[in-house]
Amino acid sequence: MAAQTLFEKIWNDHVVRAEPDGTTLLYIDRHLVHEVTSPQAFEGLTVAGRSPRRAAAALAVPDHNVPTTDRRVAIADPISAKQIQTLDDNCGTFGITLFGMNDIRQGVVHVIGPEQGFTLPGMTIVCGDSHTSTHGAFGALAFGIGTSEVEHVLATQCLVQKRPKTMEVRVEGQLSPRCSAKDIILAIIGKIGTAGGTGYVIEYTGSAIRALSMEGRMTLCNMSIEGGARAGMVAPDETTFNYIKGRPMAPNGALWDQAVAAWRNLHTDAGAKYDAVVELRAESIAPQVTWGTTPGMVTGVDGNVPDPSTMRDEKLRQATERALEYMALKPGMPIRDIRIDKVFIGSCTNSRIEDLRLAASFAKGKKVAGSVHAMVVPGSGLVKQQAEQEGLDRIFKESGFEWREAGCSMCLAMNADVLQPGERCASTSNRNFEGRQGAGGRTHLVSPAMAVAAAIEGHFVDIRQWS
Amino acid sequence: MDAFTTLTGLVAPLDRPDVDTDQIIPKQFLKTIKRTGLREGLFYDWRRRKDGSQDPEFFLNQPRYQQASILLTRDNFGCGSSREHAPWALLDQGFRCIVAPSFADIFYNNCFQNGILPVVLKASDIQALFEGVATQDGYKLTVDLATQQVTTPQGTAYHFDIDPFRKDCLYRGLDAIGLTLQHAPQIGEYEQRRRTQAPWLFQDVK
Repeated sequence: MAAQTLFEKIWNDHVVRAEPDGTTLLYIDRHLVHEVTSPQAFEGLTVAGRSPRRAAAALAVPDHNVPTTDRRVAIADPISAKQIQTLDDNCGTFGITLFGMNDIRQGVVHVIGPEQGFTLPGMTIVCGDSHTSTHGAFGALAFGIGTSEVEHVLATQCLVQKRPKTMEVRVEGQLSPRCSAKDIILAIIGKIGTAGGTGYVIEYTGSAIRALSMEGRMTLCNMSIEGGARAGMVAPDETTFNYIKGRPMAPNGALWDQAVAAWRNLHTDAGAKYDAVVELRAESIAPQVTWGTTPGMVTGVDGNVPDPSTMRDEKLRQATERALEYMALKPGMPIRDIRIDKVFIGSCTNSRIEDLRLAASFAKGKKVAGSVHAMVVPGSGLVKQQAEQEGLDRIFKESGFEWREAGCSMCLAMNADVLQPGERCASTSNRNFEGRQGAGGRTHLVSPAMAVAAAIEGHFVDIRQWS
Repeated sequence: MDAFTTLTGLVAPLDRPDVDTDQIIPKQFLKTIKRTGLREGLFYDWRRRKDGSQDPEFFLNQPRYQQASILLTRDNFGCGSSREHAPWALLDQGFRCIVAPSFADIFYNNCFQNGILPVVLKASDIQALFEGVATQDGYKLTVDLATQQVTTPQGTAYHFDIDPFRKDCLYRGLDAIGLTLQHAPQIGEYEQRRRTQAPWLFQDVK
């Protein structure tokens, strides 16, 4: 058989049928459902008199809209409460497993899938959420879909897809101390641009990727969509298998052995060709900070805000000017001089136990600057519980961070966790679009370590030299 | 879904690249459990000045674009969140066609699910269309799906590419789920084969 990429192997395993023009009916193994992008899909099923083909292939959780404050109190916003209740009702009606708001297993949809062993190598996984790319960290083909496609998957367990192209992003070498997967992915987006991956599935390869933990690989794959790619993936290896083994929904016994034997074939064969290749050296990646209003507007913390007056490309200059105006930054100013008001540690990008351990190790014995309001939102109830068992919550609270319940929170500010107009936030989330964290709010995307250091100093600092 | 065959309509220009779905429809409008009535949230923040009043400069607040059914814009339109509320809001405003040099993947897919035709043209052709709108009040384009052409009032025609399968579904306004369900026996055979090959994929979620 011809040499194949990891993507091609998974794609080929899931083709139910193909049209003459290459349009493919692709089988979907697993489906994650949340409260925001599913109500209209369930309504569609009801109106058409259809039922789910395999309700037992889906898992539902409310995350976008849930409060991160005391859950014993009723949700203040009646519209949010209704949307969450609608998910509960739909899951009951259609027989879908739900981790409700007060279930310890509740959390951000892209945190709980891997945590439960729901996410496995070689699977096709979809969710009505663009950060479904996260699950590609396990060597799965995972991508975000719209609500009509949510309904399509519920009704048919399939999606109509055009085969994407493949891109290898190879990162060789060793990261600088205190740099992390977040810095790698922001540097990649800075290099390829926010549309560089459009039409592609990215496979991340190279020694710096292999050295990442599963948490790191999830951070990496999570932001593939910010580079335009619907999916990103990392070939599974021992790190992957060790992470999955023993999780509640993972196969066990003889089925485990059979699965692992199959998963060992999930890699790109020698001689297989990608449609595009991008290469980076890990040593050249500084801690990254976004300065603008797209994730591609990013630079190293040792750099400066760009000066549009030096830009020849008129469109680029206009976009930069507009971004700097929105962000209220001066052309050419050092990134380290940017002062912040808020810090958000959380989101499907950076809210797993490893992120919190790292953040706590930097916060320990230090105090959040008086001018800064900082919060930590664990990715799931189980992450929160684990962190509390390890005493991380005490470290955060003693340093002046708020310690919250699990949810999407200020990543998209659909619940009560919102930036006020003009407020500036160092955030471990994934999008710095205008108003993303609240109308008029200004977001700088950074790693958890950079966010903690910024909280304590009140401005960005180079974490490599920070003591 | 409404079929899309041919459309002659007023063109509204949004001259910005990388318009993300958070701008098209901000989060506070995602709490709905309906698909309709989202027009109110379309470009909510951009429509307003800092004091909350309507910004008369914003293109959708200008009387000349009120009846527009074709949106002309720049690269990477619809990037970011997968929210289908973005095409729902555009549709609710009256847009049936979006013309740009490139689109983000998920948004592009979502358009087809809602009877909206996303048309990709070369950046230089897009530039020419922007200049056309700027110089002529009531500037209209004719978009013909069958011949895959966009025609200006002056008669200049631009060809666009589209997948034959998608074109057919949109042209006939087909129910995508109904189409797939016609292949239910093949899906069943696939499941049976895979269940033997990779049984761990079929463990029930519970």
